[in-house]
Amino acid sequence: MRVPVDWLGEYVTLPEGVTGEQIAADLVAVGLEEEGLHTSGVGGPLVVGRVLEMSPEEQRNGKTINWCQVDVGDANGTGEPQGIVCGAHNFTVGDLVAVILPGGTLPTPQGPLTISARKTYGHVSAGMICSVRELGIGEDHDGILVLPRLLPAEVVARLAPGDDLITVLGLDRETVEVNVTPDRGYCFSLRGIAREYSHATGAAYTDPASLAVDAGDGEGYAVRLADESPVEGVPGCDRYLARVVRGIDLTRTTPEWMARRLTEAGMRPLGLAVDVTNYVMLALGQPLHAFDLATLTGPVVVRRARPGERLTTLDDVDRALDPEDLLITDGGERVLALAGVMGGEDGEVTPGVTTDVLIESAHFDARSVGRTSRRHKLSSEAARRFERGVDPGVTAAAAQLAVDLLVEHGGGTADPAVTDVDQRPERSTIDLDLTMATRYVGVNYDLARVREILELIGCELTDGESARLVTVRPPSWRPDLTDAPGLVEEVARIDGYDKIPSVVPRAVGGRGLTHGQRARRAVATALAGQGLQEVLTYPFVGAARFDELGLDDADPHRHAVRLANPLSDEAPLMRTALLQTLPEALRRNVSRGTRDVALFEIDSVTRPEGEVMAPVPGVGEQPDDEVLAQIRSAVPAQPWHVAIMAAGQADRAGWWGRGRPVDVVDVVGWAHAVADALGVEVRRRQGARAPFHPGRCVELTLPDGTRVGWAGELHPKVVQRLGLPLRTSAAELDLDVLVTASDHRTQASPLSTHPLATSDVALEVPRGVRFSAVEESLRAGAGALLESLELFDVYAGDQVAQDRHSLAFRMHFRAPDRTLTTQEVNEARDAAVGRAAQEHGAVQR
Amino acid sequence: MPSAPDAGGSPQHPDEVPSPTAAPELSQEGVDGHVEAALAAIGGAGDLDELKEARLAHAGDRSPLALANRAIGALPGPEKAAAGKLVGQARGRVNQALARRQQELEAERDERILVEEAMDLTVAPGRRPLGRRHVLTVTAERMADAMVALGWEVAEGPQVEAEWFNFDALNFDKDHPARQMQDTFFVDPAKAGLVLRTHTSPVQARSLLDRGVPLYVAVPGKTFRTDELDATHTPVFHQLEGLAIDEGLTMAHLKGTLDRLAEAMFGPGTVSRLRPAYFPFTEPSAEMDFRCFVCRGEATAPPCRTCGGTGWIEWGGCGMVNHNVLRACGVDPERYQGFAFGMGVERTAMFRHGIADMRELIEGDVRFNAQFGMEI
Repeated sequence: MRVPVDWLGEYVTLPEGVTGEQIAADLVAVGLEEEGLHTSGVGGPLVVGRVLEMSPEEQRNGKTINWCQVDVGDANGTGEPQGIVCGAHNFTVGDLVAVILPGGTLPTPQGPLTISARKTYGHVSAGMICSVRELGIGEDHDGILVLPRLLPAEVVARLAPGDDLITVLGLDRETVEVNVTPDRGYCFSLRGIAREYSHATGAAYTDPASLAVDAGDGEGYAVRLADESPVEGVPGCDRYLARVVRGIDLTRTTPEWMARRLTEAGMRPLGLAVDVTNYVMLALGQPLHAFDLATLTGPVVVRRARPGERLTTLDDVDRALDPEDLLITDGGERVLALAGVMGGEDGEVTPGVTTDVLIESAHFDARSVGRTSRRHKLSSEAARRFERGVDPGVTAAAAQLAVDLLVEHGGGTADPAVTDVDQRPERSTIDLDLTMATRYVGVNYDLARVREILELIGCELTDGESARLVTVRPPSWRPDLTDAPGLVEEVARIDGYDKIPSVVPRAVGGRGLTHGQRARRAVATALAGQGLQEVLTYPFVGAARFDELGLDDADPHRHAVRLANPLSDEAPLMRTALLQTLPEALRRNVSRGTRDVALFEIDSVTRPEGEVMAPVPGVGEQPDDEVLAQIRSAVPAQPWHVAIMAAGQADRAGWWGRGRPVDVVDVVGWAHAVADALGVEVRRRQGARAPFHPGRCVELTLPDGTRVGWAGELHPKVVQRLGLPLRTSAAELDLDVLVTASDHRTQASPLSTHPLATSDVALEVPRGVRFSAVEESLRAGAGALLESLELFDVYAGDQVAQDRHSLAFRMHFRAPDRTLTTQEVNEARDAAVGRAAQEHGAVQR
Repeated sequence: MPSAPDAGGSPQHPDEVPSPTAAPELSQEGVDGHVEAALAAIGGAGDLDELKEARLAHAGDRSPLALANRAIGALPGPEKAAAGKLVGQARGRVNQALARRQQELEAERDERILVEEAMDLTVAPGRRPLGRRHVLTVTAERMADAMVALGWEVAEGPQVEAEWFNFDALNFDKDHPARQMQDTFFVDPAKAGLVLRTHTSPVQARSLLDRGVPLYVAVPGKTFRTDELDATHTPVFHQLEGLAIDEGLTMAHLKGTLDRLAEAMFGPGTVSRLRPAYFPFTEPSAEMDFRCFVCRGEATAPPCRTCGGTGWIEWGGCGMVNHNVLRACGVDPERYQGFAFGMGVERTAMFRHGIADMRELIEGDVRFNAQFGMEI
């Protein structure tokens, strides 16, 4: 809402010399946040100058400039004439002009320009003679502003060289723009802002709605409220007031002061009838509509739309109406307007044609107007106000003000009759314990102070059974005040939020972070410690990504939550795995020159199962258990995942030597690091699954077989389709599975300090046998003395058959209670080898 | 290995065979001569190899003194003792000199090796650079930790959320302009009743229903609004929510809590300020600012760039929890009351670290991460 300061000053007494900045600061204290401050941008000294001499001088560029001596009185400090270069020729010696002196500022599209004396065309030009465009008060730039051509003679008569022009030209006018919260519909008016300014500062407020309203004489234009299907039980219109003004000349121009105020408030002057209704709306917050009386054939009937009805609104859009739309109709048939939102072509006033006008001043239901406005994606100044609540008490005053202005400036005559169909329900009251303010806000308010504030904002108080109990009837312009905390807020707000002390509450005491929260941090820290970089990617994907990843049609990862209004139609789905959105981040790094990049992301993914609808039972009441259970179960599963994607060098090259490319073993290792960080044992099973290379993919499971996730090299086709570096490797694990598996206290085993015995074996096995299978056989065969074993070499070549290879394992043995003998070690080793031979046909070399 | 006194030896050792040419001279002068020669050779040894040769020549099995020693056995009884003493002392002096020189030369060698092995380590390492956490997750953790330190717990909720939890439970009437102003992502079809949560506030309702009262929870999490990405907006962002419901909680407690959190994030002495505002789920409602940690509200010329000269930086929204929220969650508003607040993690991180462009937080450029430590 834009608030021209001089208009504001008409309704509330502003301190002498108050700035827009100060007004904005005062309004912030009562909850009207500053959005901006609009000024002319012209800063003085800008003074009256009389041209004493002008000598045209032709320049080498063919241009002729005037070297002028200008009398600026004492404004330049010396009283001597001011030498100024001027390129314009529309003036002559003796003219009064606007001179900006060095130190003054002019607005430019690039920002404020500070004027200084500068050398130009062989002279030092000490200032500038201004055009209206340079001053921002007009478009004309053909010449400079000669004051008598703009200002009334009586004003010019009082001007002398050196006089300040800022005020004379209205360049000191300021407009404060404030943000109005959706509960404060009445602040979409100067009336509301002035009242709030008065609350903020104590300045005297004059309600512009307290004007003499014609009581009405005789029967006015017929109006019928016929809402047969109120929305949520509330009639669409509970007050409709109609006034008629006849014999107006709508071709007359809108008075300059009104046009200026409208412009400053952000509305374009469009003609007398529209300007008057807009002016009243801005002043009092009541949207009005003017109909051409001559085009009406029957009574005004306010009703809901019928199936199939259409209306072309004033924005030239032909709209199919919804039975919930509230309409203004002519005699119940012809549709004139979407009530409170926008008029149609029929009934519109036309300057030069229309002479008799019917002014509608009505109170429409906020919910009904809001729905119509949203349904038709049709926002208007009127709808914005009705939707937030218009004061049903200002209806008559608004109509009166509009009638008065039309009569004054359009020259018509108001009909003595007034139609006022008033079906407003009685405003409900609120029982308030006055001590609640103190109990709620933590400031020790005097009961008298609480009463004072509530009365100040317009509430009527009726004493209750005790001194602290009152019944409060809020003012008509505050539909938002419906309960006791709302009244408490008013007390705190008007008394000042800055009076609220700071007290740290003593919480009941918590149990710290949960295991899952701590576990996720541990995983992130472990991966970062391994050299991976945490990123946060947007969770939006398109089905094309599933294709790029090579997911087959039945892959459950294709089943994703779809957004009804995605930012991009290319990415309307919520990712079902983190690997779906990591490629962009990897590619971005590579394209920006970071080739060695290992990324990880931890977040939840969305895995919908069925199509369950979540009921939306509405506000203010706890749904029953069944409904609540339905709501909860409709929310899709969103397990926490961790994903890794890496390319480039794992070990960087440098002066120390060569680098080593990151490979699938690194990624499998990092996946293990995640499990290790949580102390969870995971098993590896060779797998084949999109988006991985079918021969370079491992499934990780818990010992009980529960799947944890996958790691591997991305399929070469996937790499190609996604434009990733060759051999990009990746992993994705279900963190929830790991968190659950790790949620127990690990029990320590005692360490043996007896010597370690080591024995190496080389086993030839058929190539199809998995390393992990041989390893498991060795473990099982070796028995309890085996402490650890590792595969340290794989050999295939001349020394072994073509379909076999040789695996070299190093086995470490230790007993808890003694030093092992060579014989014990050899027996254990032989048992291990025997098991491998039996299970896999392994032959010791 | 320093040579030990000869124990007699075994016949198969080649050194044991007495050299016929080396006639032992067991006179004082003869022995002294050998010693002088030995000491000269030892002293003249320039490195361990030369010393090894000197050892072989003067203390080895076929050295003159070793031969002299062996010759003692052939002497008549009465002369044996004197000769033994003479030769023994001589060999002692030689061995001592050998050991000393050995030590000296080893020390020299060790010293030299250290010099030779020296590496210029002023060049950056980085064979395997440390990775980093993301500044947003670490910031959110820091904020959550500040709340945990006050005795609060940390709660979480789903990103794809039921509309009822996101709006209705929080007193956002379906027709209220505030609900339209949330720029919500809706899940298709609309009748699914699901949205991408527009704030972390639905976890207020979930926590009240699941945990009951008294309740003190902080909720960090990812949130969504249909804003296009630019320097100051992102459709995917993070909030930290706070909710405290107990008997007797007031706005003063809200302010105290915000002051503590502001101090935790922006340094000691940072205070908060409340300004009247409107949110459907709180009443009274407030916007909260924190004191600019750069200018501290002192006027500067030119105006402080961090806060634009206002002395305050907007942080988020807050207020006393609306009775309708408590009712929707089965809490008796006549007995329990409390406050809630929420602020942007992005905004907090941007002010803490002077990040000018929101996009740097979301692009995943590892150079951005590299500016920060693991604890920020």
